[in-house]
Amino acid sequence: MNKENKIKNNSVGLVKTQEFTFDSLKLESGEKFGPVTLAFETYGVLNKEKTNAVLIVHALSGDAHAAGVHAGQDNPGWWDEFIGPGKAFDTDKYFIICSNVLGGCKGSTGPSTTNPKTSKPYSLDFPLITINDIVSAQKRLVEHLGIEKLLAVVGGSMGGQQVLSWLVNHPNSLRSAVPIATTIKHSPQQIAFNEVGRQSIMADEHWKSGNYYESTAPVKGLAVARMIGHITYMSDKSMAEKFGRVKKEAQAPFKFTADFEVEGYLRYRGDNFVKRFDANSYLYITKAMDNFDASVNRPLQEVLRGSLVKVLVISFKSDWLYPAYQSKEIVKACKLAGVETTYCEVDSTYGHDAFLLEVKEESHLIKHFLKKVFYAYEVTGEYGS
Amino acid sequence: MAAKIIQLDHAVILDLIKPQSTVLDLGCGNGDLLYLLIKGKQARVQGIEIDEQAIYKCVAKGLNVFHGDVDSGLAEFNDKSFDYVILNQSLQQILHVDKVVTDALRVGKKVIVGIPNFAHYKSRLQMFFQGKAPVTEALPYQWYETPNLHFLSILDFKKYCRAKKINIESNVCIDENRKILLLPNLFAQVGIFLISK
Repeated sequence: MNKENKIKNNSVGLVKTQEFTFDSLKLESGEKFGPVTLAFETYGVLNKEKTNAVLIVHALSGDAHAAGVHAGQDNPGWWDEFIGPGKAFDTDKYFIICSNVLGGCKGSTGPSTTNPKTSKPYSLDFPLITINDIVSAQKRLVEHLGIEKLLAVVGGSMGGQQVLSWLVNHPNSLRSAVPIATTIKHSPQQIAFNEVGRQSIMADEHWKSGNYYESTAPVKGLAVARMIGHITYMSDKSMAEKFGRVKKEAQAPFKFTADFEVEGYLRYRGDNFVKRFDANSYLYITKAMDNFDASVNRPLQEVLRGSLVKVLVISFKSDWLYPAYQSKEIVKACKLAGVETTYCEVDSTYGHDAFLLEVKEESHLIKHFLKKVFYAYEVTGEYGS
Repeated sequence: MAAKIIQLDHAVILDLIKPQSTVLDLGCGNGDLLYLLIKGKQARVQGIEIDEQAIYKCVAKGLNVFHGDVDSGLAEFNDKSFDYVILNQSLQQILHVDKVVTDALRVGKKVIVGIPNFAHYKSRLQMFFQGKAPVTEALPYQWYETPNLHFLSILDFKKYCRAKKINIESNVCIDENRKILLLPNLFAQVGIFLISK
């Protein structure tokens, strides 16, 4: 790593995705599935006591590449502004882990992975996985890295669902949890948007019940699914600010070209997405999100009662996909359970995307929260104001 | 921080709280009082605050704080969740005073209330001789920009407690830098009450 470059950019620098494979994973359905490979990256150094490890969990379209750059590429990881020396996740202090989810398509085992039994991609033979399964696989990786107790598990959106799954199912394996812009369970509205995305993929003639890996992929359907997604990630205001009603330059006079900037943007995002994402993964992962319920069988406060895990909940004012009231429900459960909790609704106009974009406020909250948990400052009271 | 002189109202409240207690501060502002409670009384504390920028300051102090309004923030706590619930300089800004005090007495074993005294002699003089809404050290706002919704005196609060059968366990009245023992409703700018039910 070029040290000068590292200091200048506050970047973790050049990074490489690694792999961890294990024989089998017992799924929530009872089925045993394997082998399972997880793609992951780490930044910073694990301390001797192994008390400084933070697991970052990604959202629907994310991957293991959260920070730094890959050799020969310019684009930094998806949360690069939060991870690095001196940043919210200070790599001079903490050891950061980020893995691609089970069912994904960026190096971890998913429907596009070759099934060793048939030597063909799993396609729809891939089992219906859950958020809890995704987390079980992550736990195996964390154990593999020799970590008994994580300092924190942090993530936004679907990442937040994974944080809640950790909190509910493995409370003794983490000291703190940071669910951001997320929910205990999807509302009908959230399920509805995901269903339209899925229907769009399945309506594409190239989907062929998932068996498209040796032919054309259902790129049209997946692109439309992504376009719908992007609409829900922005706010009325952020769209107005970004695009207004600005029209693109005069083009060939087809009747239904993308005249407005916003149309061009959505098409661009849709077309780009299909180059890096697998349609079947989109189906599996959105289904896992819809099925997730952190309070299944019992109210969340009952599960959390007596828990020593410290919680930081963050929501964003203009987020209408995962509205603040859903974060407040998490906070309410923590209140009733007597769990040490901090909640902040950040004033942002970015909509749901805010969790990736509100660097200053979110970094401040995460940085000080992690510091408190790491040094247990609330006991020694060594804070300056 | 070390060189900073502790505000007198904070010092009075600190004296009222037993070490290692659990404390909920409704309208905790920048969290200065909660920070003192952790340092001085090894208390386990939780704040509720409506102002976003104040939340960031609380978090920088390592405090647990909920972003929300006092009126609705209490309802979600179980009975007797805290040893003390503090309403310092926030009661007069709350819409539903009686509901919040009742709920605070439900959530906390004891409640500490700090109010600006509207019947302080300076206020009385300004009203009587100048014929204007008072602006004093304890009530520093012009009528058109005040966050205060209610204007009450130390006597008013005592009467309220009597009417609602709330016990006043302790009452300390102060001005900016000393305790007022003589005619507090006339000479004190702030009344601090330890109450229970």
